[in-house]
Amino acid sequence: MSHADSPPRPNSPSLAERAYRIRRNALLMGEVQGQGYIAQALGIADVLAVSYFHAMRYRPDDPEWEGRDRFLLSIGHYAIALYAALLEAGILPEDELASYGADDSRLPMSGMAAYTPGMEITGGSLGHGLALAVGFCLGLKRKKSESFVYCLISDGELGEGSIWEGAWSASHWKLDNLIAIVDVNNQQADGPASQVTGFEPAASRFEAFGWHVQRVDGNDIDALVRAFDAAKACSEPKPRIIICDTTMAKGIPFLEARERNHFLRVEPQEWQDAIKILDAGRPA
Amino acid sequence: MKRSKYTRPAWLSEAKTGERLTTSAMIASLAGPDQRTAPAPFGHALARLAEERPEIVGLTADLGKYTDLHIFAQKHPERFYQMGMAEQLLISAAAGMAREGFQPFATTYAVFAARRAYDFICMAIAEENLDVKIVCALPGLTTGYGPSHQATEDIAIFRGLPNMTILDPCDAHEIAQAVPAIADHKGPVYMRLLRGNVPLVLDEYGYTFELGKAKTIRDGNDVLIVSTGLMTMRALEAADALREDRVDVSVLHVPTIKPLDTETILREAGKGGRLVVVAENHTVVGGLGEAVAGLLLRSGTIPKAFRQVGLPDEFLDAGALPTLHDRYGISTNAMVRSIREWL
Repeated sequence: MSHADSPPRPNSPSLAERAYRIRRNALLMGEVQGQGYIAQALGIADVLAVSYFHAMRYRPDDPEWEGRDRFLLSIGHYAIALYAALLEAGILPEDELASYGADDSRLPMSGMAAYTPGMEITGGSLGHGLALAVGFCLGLKRKKSESFVYCLISDGELGEGSIWEGAWSASHWKLDNLIAIVDVNNQQADGPASQVTGFEPAASRFEAFGWHVQRVDGNDIDALVRAFDAAKACSEPKPRIIICDTTMAKGIPFLEARERNHFLRVEPQEWQDAIKILDAGRPA
Repeated sequence: MKRSKYTRPAWLSEAKTGERLTTSAMIASLAGPDQRTAPAPFGHALARLAEERPEIVGLTADLGKYTDLHIFAQKHPERFYQMGMAEQLLISAAAGMAREGFQPFATTYAVFAARRAYDFICMAIAEENLDVKIVCALPGLTTGYGPSHQATEDIAIFRGLPNMTILDPCDAHEIAQAVPAIADHKGPVYMRLLRGNVPLVLDEYGYTFELGKAKTIRDGNDVLIVSTGLMTMRALEAADALREDRVDVSVLHVPTIKPLDTETILREAGKGGRLVVVAENHTVVGGLGEAVAGLLLRSGTIPKAFRQVGLPDEFLDAGALPTLHDRYGISTNAMVRSIREWL
């Protein structure tokens, strides 16, 4: 049964509950490794909850089902976040969480298509996703498929020239089956993305490239639902992009407060502290 | 004297300047004046094959006409994707279409694939072992435009890439046969392409292309030339020329550089008493020559002598191809001179 094959049941978890569980999965995986891109995972959890539990069609027991929407993770280091969502979606079995980053695991620290069910592309060499998405979208159109391609990229990644080759081309080919998502958390490896080289004005840059552009608070679930609905419903023959401003480490104040949280080092006891804080704020 | 931007060419001051070749000489074809040719063998072969195989699509980065893909585009316009001047996109889009079940043939110049799109070929295609064919014109020294267009190191670059099959066909006959053969092979392929009016040579020898196979085109007892790409036609011409010196030359053609047909190469090189010369339209660094040298050493096969005909480890000059092929030792005459010295 695909997610969208039936409307949410009255007793199905809310999107806030899904986001909470995605964050919790990510923290548990972070604890396994003792470090990692946990701040990004906590920041993007709401976007993934809306993607996997509101917007996308897929079959948990058949991750390569032809009718699925494709989710391309360009930012391979966000794998911990996507695994957290795939676990929650039932695409990955729950007990594999403990194998994150371990030898012979299906959950390597940087996302790769050959390793993980539900992982459509090998990201990590940044700047690949959007150009790859153009190929997926052209292929789906050749097959007259109604599937959408979602492609998650990041603010720092906008510095890669290939992103703009993809942006230009998607518009040229009128790829209305493409929904790009930019995580704007203003952190990249060497510091705030706004300072390293700057990426603004992101929205008008994509508008100038011919895209349907929305910019939303990426930690506001209601706003995200409206944005995803609008992106899917848009009748213009254009690719769509949702620029999501997110807060690094969202939901765990002592991690949110940490400067330079691109690659967080967390003390062993702090993982359980973080989970306690998350649990205390669990949606009703 | 070495060329310098601060020194005028000496011949400008000479009373009689004489005839000088220009860069545009032979720009459209590598064929000699009396050589038989076939037009756009790649484009015609792909257009034909696509009639039977709906999964084939063609993509290019603003070089359709210059890679003979325009023939395919004319026959199958709805399966032709002009990706514009964007090689990273070209390769990524081909990868995405392969993921959706199509068999993309992506064309550009060899320099742009090898240098500009390498990371994308590596991660999006080779690492995922996708069924994408990358077909590239201007391999090695086949243009006088200088290093921006001369892909002298493309084979060295792609040899290091796991999963990648590498082809350097010799002529129009072989290109026409290689197209269906690489389509039958499920996995990434990098094929060097001769474009335009491409010489026809190997049909006279009753040659048939087989992916992964090296084949003896002619046999001889004194010299074994192991050659690939257009150097096989040069090797055959050199063999004819050396016969006048009573030098008996064997030519082993190796169109598939990776995976290498180690069995045939070892068997031929192992026949004692012959000078082994590896000839390639590529830098002597990291191409067929070093592949064969490594193979012989590892197997303990030591020929009478081992030499390489190939491009020097330099950025090459601009100019007319016949001049440059002579200068860098890959013309037939230069090859004959080298072999005479080595014997």
